[in-house]
Amino acid sequence: MRRLIYLLPLLLFVGVGVAFLRGFDRDPRDIPSALIDKPAPEFSLPPLPGYKEGLSNATLKGDVTLVNVFASWCIPCKAEHPIITRLAREQGVTVRGINHKDKAEDAIAWLNRNGDPYASIGVDLDGRVSIDWGVYGVPETFLLDRQGRIRFKHVGPLTPQVVEEQILPMVKHLRSAS
Amino acid sequence: MRALLLALLLALTPVAASAVQPDEVLKDPALEGRAREISKDLRCLVCQNQSIDDSNAPLARDLRVLVRERLTAGDSNQQVLSFVTDRYGDYVLLRPPFKATTLFLWIGPFVILAIGGVVTALYLRGRKGIAVAAGGDTAPLTEDERRRLDALLRKDKA
Repeated sequence: MRRLIYLLPLLLFVGVGVAFLRGFDRDPRDIPSALIDKPAPEFSLPPLPGYKEGLSNATLKGDVTLVNVFASWCIPCKAEHPIITRLAREQGVTVRGINHKDKAEDAIAWLNRNGDPYASIGVDLDGRVSIDWGVYGVPETFLLDRQGRIRFKHVGPLTPQVVEEQILPMVKHLRSAS
Repeated sequence: MRALLLALLLALTPVAASAVQPDEVLKDPALEGRAREISKDLRCLVCQNQSIDDSNAPLARDLRVLVRERLTAGDSNQQVLSFVTDRYGDYVLLRPPFKATTLFLWIGPFVILAIGGVVTALYLRGRKGIAVAAGGDTAPLTEDERRRLDALLRKDKA
């Protein structure tokens, strides 16, 4: 029985080792959002000139909505664009965009080139509204329920895995809940 | 000569590098001082281990400007900090707040130190107990022990 105490350092080492090993799987960029389960911040953004309508709190209520923060200069945004387009076209999810610190003509050219899945787009030229949303790097994607509350946030480009495992089940749940 | 020396010393003084651009600096030095103080406690979320005062990232600049705007609008330091944590969470603070979820972080080291102290004390006491049980460290050799020791020493010499 007394001998067992000599195993203690080994057990401690294994414990610490496991804790550190788990750290490898953790993405340090993935910071939990402070806004989960809170209503979307008060905001109102103008549209791209001559292009659909803008974006404000009022537009976010009534339907389960995916809000995607994007920019034409952002390469990962281009990578996730087909995935967002499929969500809108095939799954019928309402997708709205926040165009982050972009030039209007670049953004419009980008949308013409890559397709436009957004029901409406608000222009956040100085990034101030993005700060209200707790955005720290584009792309970021939020999922809102019918009451306009933020229920889920993903940092970085959406992947098929995130869509399959997190977004679609959440959309289904939020649609049936309210 | 003295002036030259002073100039030389001043030139060699390490200046804390800050990313604050001249156009961001507030006219009121007191307000600017408070802004610098707050900025040093706020994490740049892009680079993560730099404060927004040190970082050149565009978001850090936006937050520095925001901090100065809030201060100019009359916010207290605490109000500015909670304005930022409302949006980015506690992670944005370089000094984690003391609350239920961070309790282990703050008192953990002291708990571990206390456990170490108790274990050490028990161990030392236990060792002393063994020594006492054996008649103490300085008990004289018995007749039998002396004879065996002499035999061993003689064997060594031979």
